[in-house]
Amino acid sequence: MEASIRHIIPITTIARDRVLPKAGRVIVRKGQKVAPADVVAESIVAPAHILLDIARGLGVPADQVGQYMQRRSGEQVEADDIIAGPVGVGKRVVRAPKAGKVIITDSEQVLLETQGRPFELRAGYSGVITDLVPDRGVRIETTGALVQGVWGNGRMDAGVLTVLASRPDEPLTSDRLDISMRGAVVLGGIITSTDVFSMAAEVPLRGILAASMPAEFLPVASKCAVPIILLEGFGQIPLNTAAYKLLSTSERREAMVVADTWNPYTGARPEVVIALPTAGDQAYPIDSVSFRAGQTVRVVRSPQRGAVGLIHKLLPGKVFLASGLSAVCAEIRLENGENVVLPLANLEVLV
Amino acid sequence: MNQPTPTSTVATAESLLAIDIGTINTRVALFDVVEGAYRFIAAGSAPTTVYAPYRNVTEGFNLAIDNLQQLTGRQLMGSDAQLIIPSHPDGSGVDRCVCTLSAGGPLRVIAVGLLEDVSLQSVQNLIATTYAQVVGSISLNDQKITSQRLDSIIRLQPDMIVIAGGTDGGASHSVAELLEAVGLACYLLPKEQRPEILFAGNQALLEPVKAELAPLASFQGAPNIRPSLEAEQLLPAHKILSDAFRKAKIRRLDGLQILDAQTGGFLMPGAAAFARTIRFIGKDLEHKRRGVLGIDLGAGSTVLAASFGGDQYLDVRATLGMGAGLPALLKQTSLANITRWLDVEVAPAVLQDYIYNKSLFPASLPVTTEELAFELAIACEILRVAIAKARWTPPARLVGAVHGFLPPFESIMVTGSTFAQANSNPRLMLTLLNAIQPVGWTTFVLDQNQLAGMLGAAAEVAPLLTVQGLRDASSFVNLGMVIAPVGRANPGDPVIRVQIKYSDGSETENEIKYGTIDMIHLPPGQTATVKLQPLHGFDIGMGLPGRGGTMKNVSGSEMGLVVDARGRSLGLPEDGFARRELLKKWLSMLAS
Repeated sequence: MEASIRHIIPITTIARDRVLPKAGRVIVRKGQKVAPADVVAESIVAPAHILLDIARGLGVPADQVGQYMQRRSGEQVEADDIIAGPVGVGKRVVRAPKAGKVIITDSEQVLLETQGRPFELRAGYSGVITDLVPDRGVRIETTGALVQGVWGNGRMDAGVLTVLASRPDEPLTSDRLDISMRGAVVLGGIITSTDVFSMAAEVPLRGILAASMPAEFLPVASKCAVPIILLEGFGQIPLNTAAYKLLSTSERREAMVVADTWNPYTGARPEVVIALPTAGDQAYPIDSVSFRAGQTVRVVRSPQRGAVGLIHKLLPGKVFLASGLSAVCAEIRLENGENVVLPLANLEVLV
Repeated sequence: MNQPTPTSTVATAESLLAIDIGTINTRVALFDVVEGAYRFIAAGSAPTTVYAPYRNVTEGFNLAIDNLQQLTGRQLMGSDAQLIIPSHPDGSGVDRCVCTLSAGGPLRVIAVGLLEDVSLQSVQNLIATTYAQVVGSISLNDQKITSQRLDSIIRLQPDMIVIAGGTDGGASHSVAELLEAVGLACYLLPKEQRPEILFAGNQALLEPVKAELAPLASFQGAPNIRPSLEAEQLLPAHKILSDAFRKAKIRRLDGLQILDAQTGGFLMPGAAAFARTIRFIGKDLEHKRRGVLGIDLGAGSTVLAASFGGDQYLDVRATLGMGAGLPALLKQTSLANITRWLDVEVAPAVLQDYIYNKSLFPASLPVTTEELAFELAIACEILRVAIAKARWTPPARLVGAVHGFLPPFESIMVTGSTFAQANSNPRLMLTLLNAIQPVGWTTFVLDQNQLAGMLGAAAEVAPLLTVQGLRDASSFVNLGMVIAPVGRANPGDPVIRVQIKYSDGSETENEIKYGTIDMIHLPPGQTATVKLQPLHGFDIGMGLPGRGGTMKNVSGSEMGLVVDARGRSLGLPEDGFARRELLKKWLSMLAS
């Protein structure tokens, strides 16, 4: 059976596509080194349209509009530029209400596209541009440690990692944050109060990595200007030992926090990349794998949620669970020495 | 939606493979002829692979086929990685293939209609017959000018735009005004982002609208869904909508075209296939002059399909499911409304965390009894929400109708893995009773192997398979017949007398008290004559309050006869402890 995968990797090559929401201009070149805050592409998004009724504006029949048109499709106009006219002794004209581009002219109307707002696509990762997608974006590759989470608030930033969790379940409270952490990415255990978010914005932090928080905090966390990644889920779930060991030993290193929301279709997940100097090429993470004995897995559901263990053996057929359900299962040796039988559907392979 | 009618009761020697690409799993089921009749042979499954890293449905299909081949020992896939069609004399391959789809998320649709509460409402009703979500609407009431409507379409980037408006021979200028923005948007959007267009308005406009929009985008015309102000006819347009759904999905999901080709273009939305099965059952039971209800609770959506004689009803709640979209349920109901169905004490915040965690790992399974109880409580509330929003208008004079309550259904079929995996008939029965709250009498049927949609799809090429497949008692489990009298009484007052004469000659008589549920054993294989006499003016749908009746040849089932005398609408104690104790008591009554 194909396994769900969670990447918690001490060192790997990470390749990520950064793509504009709408065609625009790529402003970096292949081979160029970029930092997380660098703009790699830009475009104009959300332009508005204005439909100008030329015949009515000039007060002429539709079949006469053509002779008074001053602009053609594709032309740029400034605000107050004359689009059509003048007509008659009163010299009636139709002017562009705003600057923009003439998109369509027909027998009666002109469609004007006004300037939208500029959108800048930032690299998000420090690395090297390895590929360009014309008019759309880039592929960036970087090398470092990769830890993926389960929820992010849609923001991204980078900073030096500060470890505030002395153990995987240590509460992260606002009184642990102070001005000395300005520009840092902090690693905490369980967020127990929404004060953390306001304090993080006040400092300001560049990112929060936490194991879990109650789902009722979501409205506040989603609006927080600081990137937030939950590595385990909702409730009071301690950080899994694999992620904790990797992150807690990376203090003072640069952490790139990409707090994307999980998108099963694109595969985008919230993730943190710890920049590491390397010698030689590192392998890319494995994207697909089948369950087999010896794999390290993380349990995604109660009663062992968040526990890490090894698959001792895959069990033949289906096994009845305490809930009464039957499912394809594996016997797992958890790190605490406990042996449990769990459905494969409740496991993620850590690779 | 012409229904194929089986012309023979003898199955021709043709095997059929049914594929269902669901939100979580891709399942393949093999049907073949055994001793002159179609039989379900086995089913294989694998995780659906519309998602990263595969992003191609064929991966999951191939794995599901591998699974089925291992289970049956029958070779279905050739060395060229293609299905072997037709079957070979050595037994390999299959003769026919059908496919249903619910994966890939709902289509994002913009509804366009003249007036909000007339044609726009009909467009929304039509859209609700498939896996689609209305992300925006355009009408004369929206107080917008053309350029604002244009910007709205470009910003929303819909997969489809469904247009109605104008009764036949009615308004045309106003419709054309609304369509100006649609045409401009199609012109401005890049070709690969242009939506499918479905026009189901004033038929006098069909050709001009087609001439305007067909050069710009994939266009389909359908009969007017609002031919007059009073009449709404969705069914003809529904079939064309299903085809537009198929085209839109083929454009967006890699590999789907291959499966569609293998089915000969018979790929259809799972909801439409399920509705067809319910129609088959409805036809079969038409003489009873009662409805049939089907409920498909999936990971991505909830489908209600009903058949009332010739009248059909289909409602797809495209964002109301047990999977990744589960938190959306909390926008339609409260945590308290979910916890009310739990017989264990749980803080609302704990259930909220559970819902959000489940959405992160939608394929995960409940390991503990507590988590299974959570799943059933959530399922119960999803069904409550879906049923409360149902817009069915059953024909008058259905037998067994009790005014103001659920229409009379002879049979209620439930499908979906939450139900199939429940593994406790009493708990499942209590969940269904709490959620659906049927009145009068009905029979609950569990689609244990989740074949109902597949059989509906199969009806397109092998209608006899559908008929015979539905009679397979090992797949469609008769959970029990429910008697639910309606009225008011004091707790403990007897409200119905039930006399049973079993086929072995024995007899029993029970008086059921208000506020209780009773289970009267009538095991599978037995039949009985059941005489019902409501007391204290209670109504069981026999025409008048207090009127009783006799039912002959009532078949035995897993739970026999369940008399739900708790009243309608079901009231629960406000006090949490009392409520949980009552739920436990009801469960123990069903488990006794």
